[in-house]
Amino acid sequence: MLKQIVEVKDISKYFGTVAAVDHISFTVWPGEVLGLLGPNGAGKTTTIQLLLGLTTLTHGQIEILGMDIKTKRNEILQRVNFSSAYISLPSNLTVYENLVVFAKLYGIRHYRNKIMELLEFFDLLHILNSRTGMLSTGQMTRLNLTKSFINDPEIIFLDEPTASLDPEVASRVREKLKKIQIEKNVSMIYTSHNMNEVELMCNRVLFIANGKNVLEGTPKEIKEKSGSLEDVFISIARATNFQINNCKDERL
Amino acid sequence: MISRITGILLRHLYLYQRSLVRWMELFFWPLMNLLLWGFLTYYLRNIEMPIAINYLIGAMILWDILYRSQQGITLSLTEEFWSKNIINIFITPIRTYELVIALCIIGFLKAFMTMGFLILISWYLYQFNLFDLGFSLAPFIGNLILFGWSIGMMTMSLVLRYGNAADAFIWGIPFLIQPISAVFYPVDVLPPFLKFCAYALPSTYIFEGMRTVLNEGVFNISLVYLSFCMNLLYLSAGAFYFSWMLRRVREKGLLSKTSIE
Repeated sequence: MLKQIVEVKDISKYFGTVAAVDHISFTVWPGEVLGLLGPNGAGKTTTIQLLLGLTTLTHGQIEILGMDIKTKRNEILQRVNFSSAYISLPSNLTVYENLVVFAKLYGIRHYRNKIMELLEFFDLLHILNSRTGMLSTGQMTRLNLTKSFINDPEIIFLDEPTASLDPEVASRVREKLKKIQIEKNVSMIYTSHNMNEVELMCNRVLFIANGKNVLEGTPKEIKEKSGSLEDVFISIARATNFQINNCKDERL
Repeated sequence: MISRITGILLRHLYLYQRSLVRWMELFFWPLMNLLLWGFLTYYLRNIEMPIAINYLIGAMILWDILYRSQQGITLSLTEEFWSKNIINIFITPIRTYELVIALCIIGFLKAFMTMGFLILISWYLYQFNLFDLGFSLAPFIGNLILFGWSIGMMTMSLVLRYGNAADAFIWGIPFLIQPISAVFYPVDVLPPFLKFCAYALPSTYIFEGMRTVLNEGVFNISLVYLSFCMNLLYLSAGAFYFSWMLRRVREKGLLSKTSIE
């Protein structure tokens, strides 16, 4: 019987009196790609930070690979990974050196073979000895992804992995990601503001607004019920802005 | 555990392969300091000041050991903020104590390399031999490195909490401690209130001990013992403060926000 890889039960995160995440629950199944969608400030990044144990929960429970993030964080981190367009790798180390550092941090034994295999997969073998600071945005994105597959994660968190890439490079990155996801049956939690990308990559999506779970389903189900993902996204974003402005007016 | 500590060490050692600026941090700035104090000492010696004036060079070298040890720890973590790599580090399975051990080793290596270089230069230029301190040199150095680690853990906690905005603390805090530690003059010259502060710092006993060895040729083991006991307290306080700050940073979700004033 399939067991969920991630089980998020009624989690909340308050910063003072502000609820960044407000009673969200969801599950991720083996090999599934879950899209975490919502306007800026909706709570997607905070949710990912809670899942990685970078931020502590105010309420609720997160189980990843059957372990509680509160008590087994290090064991979980050994088997998951993360990549984001907004974080980087040390620019003064070469591509290879950066990957060696992370291979060591994840305790990978025969890391040279692993690094070469991944660099070849992400078409980065030719820049093995280049300094990371000299890479193009597309190469940097692929290097971040290479790093995030170094420990053969069972689940990977991708925070807008194709942000700031041109359409052609973004398309190549998506192809690579899709391929490796299928080959290795990796589960993914994927955030993006590109709804076409979400449709291509995700099996299921979860819309978040004001920290709350507002809509969940497969892209197909949502499209049948409410129109395109883009339309749904825009209407949720507008409703959120309307609520925020109303709150401001009430305070004034 | 060893693999994860090696990972952090490699991440920082790789930097030295191609960076002139980093070698300057280890050799050039300490050398400039040594030249300044060394020539001043040389001049004072020639106008027939007491021979004890030699301790200025010794004090300068020993101070640099403390300073490099503190900088080694704190700058290594700050480097992760500068390169936007901090999240990558904190999502690996590295444990807090493994990270701290790795950073302390980096602090030790930096202090050790700088010290070796300064000993050579001071011997060549000023005929000052730090090894004249005899076997007392080892506990002196050990205690200063330990104190450097303690201060390093405290400044590192501030970096963790305030990100790049805490840069000023990294360089500022050691220089707050320097005048009170009686590095270049005896504690006796300090006003009563500052004397009290001086005796609360483990470094003071080391510099006093160094002067006693150079002036009187006597190694006062009780000073070293006092310094070591205080260092244990400061190290525990530093480790406690770091882990407390890390918990707070996690509660506030600040790890991804690198420039909070």
